[in-house]
Amino acid sequence: MSSLEVKDLHVTINGSHILQGVNFFVPENKVTALLGRNGVGKSTTLKAIMGLNPGTGTIKFGGTEIVAMPTHKIVQMGLGYVPEDREIFASLTVKENLALAERDEKPNYELVYSLFPELLTRTGQRAGTLSGGQQQMVAIARALLNKNKILLIDEPTKGLAPKLVTEVANALAHVADHSTMLIVEQNLALVKAIAQNIIVMDQGKVVFEGGPENLQDDSFVKSMLGVSGGHK
Amino acid sequence: MSTFLLILITGLGLGALYFLVASGLSLIYGLMGVLNFAHGAFLTIGAFTGLWVSTKVFPNPTTWTFIAAMIAGGITAGLFALLMEQLVINRLYNRHIDQALVTVGVSLVATALLGGWFGFDARFLPTPLWFMKAVTIGDAIIPIDRFIYIGVSAILLIAMLSILKFTRIGLIIRAGVENRSMVTALGINVRMAFSTVFFIGGFAAGVGGVLISVFSYGVSPLMGGSWLIYGFIVVVVGGMGSVAGSAIAAMLIGVTNQFANYYVPGLGDFVVVIILAAVLLTKPSGLLGKVSH
Repeated sequence: MSSLEVKDLHVTINGSHILQGVNFFVPENKVTALLGRNGVGKSTTLKAIMGLNPGTGTIKFGGTEIVAMPTHKIVQMGLGYVPEDREIFASLTVKENLALAERDEKPNYELVYSLFPELLTRTGQRAGTLSGGQQQMVAIARALLNKNKILLIDEPTKGLAPKLVTEVANALAHVADHSTMLIVEQNLALVKAIAQNIIVMDQGKVVFEGGPENLQDDSFVKSMLGVSGGHK
Repeated sequence: MSTFLLILITGLGLGALYFLVASGLSLIYGLMGVLNFAHGAFLTIGAFTGLWVSTKVFPNPTTWTFIAAMIAGGITAGLFALLMEQLVINRLYNRHIDQALVTVGVSLVATALLGGWFGFDARFLPTPLWFMKAVTIGDAIIPIDRFIYIGVSAILLIAMLSILKFTRIGLIIRAGVENRSMVTALGINVRMAFSTVFFIGGFAAGVGGVLISVFSYGVSPLMGGSWLIYGFIVVVVGGMGSVAGSAIAAMLIGVTNQFANYYVPGLGDFVVVIILAAVLLTKPSGLLGKVSH
């Protein structure tokens, strides 16, 4: 069971009520994209699921309540997380960054190096000296090393050069074939390519759930995402 | 030349003692964000344990009994640090001000208890006779204890760096110093690292306490406080969370202090404060600081 169910999730940070009763369902073995303009609470939602932002409400992972559970225990249940700003350990080498993420008895380095062969040539390099794209590869690789039941990926192509966006997108498409994934992403082409469901958030709430075809057909969705052609 | 060498090696010896106090402080703050004002108590407890071993357990001082005193002092202080972390600090997770206040309380209680038990007068810690000797290097006659401080600190520095570099817990500590929440987001229980860091820091301070007792000609319940201030200065100058930074800063401060005091007696402390201010103004993260939280 790798489905994820979020019900009435509230998060308040420094007095600001960021998430105001978020509800959605991430089905098993499908890719769900969490969309919305900047500042609507997408990253906060992922952090709340990971236990990094304390929240109230219900989050059930495979039927188990995980709200208020320590982050490391949530991860050990099989949630892999790729944070928005990569958050690689700059002073550690690529090899050390990956070694730190090992949880399984046999971490899947074969998959990681087949998706990101460049990392294999940079194992001894300090992660802080890598380019943004290479750092993103390390961040994604950390989540792919273990057999996670679900991957939470926050803006994986943010700030990357077009060539690297393609490389990261291809890797995610490969992983998406056999994973449950909740992805926050602004790149709608990537979303259309890999997602089977979309969830749109606005002002701390879910305002739309449906299929990716709505990204081009639904004027309300387009307006919520700030895509040209949406109604005002 | 002989004076220069004498002051240099004395400064390095003093720096070595500063390092023993500061290394644990630096790791504890770097990983957990805890300003540990009880670190001086670790030092004092280590010193009193060393005194007990050297006077009650092995009353005839030899090299081996002194080594036993250092190890016992280190282990006792390490266990006390671990106990404090488990019983007090762990319950105040992420409440940094409360943690700092409670460490002040632990420090005061430890000092009062030791004072009530042993009195506040300094007690002489017996050492092997060869500790009183001096060696001649060139024209310089240098007391041999300076080399002991430097040697013990070097061994502990290498041991700490090896743990940090070659063990999994060391990897977790290094990563945790940089970004603790991301370490937990990789499925690692970072509290294990907290306990390890407290024990290592307490051990180093305890060994330092025994050596400082030799340097200061006595063990006293009040000894922790004054050395703790220098420990904090070394940590700030070296950079929070960096053992290597602490080592460099400790040597810099020890040597500068000694040279300043030689040329203008009493100027040493002032120069140390100038170094602290200069680092804070030009490189607030310290010489090798890594902490991001």
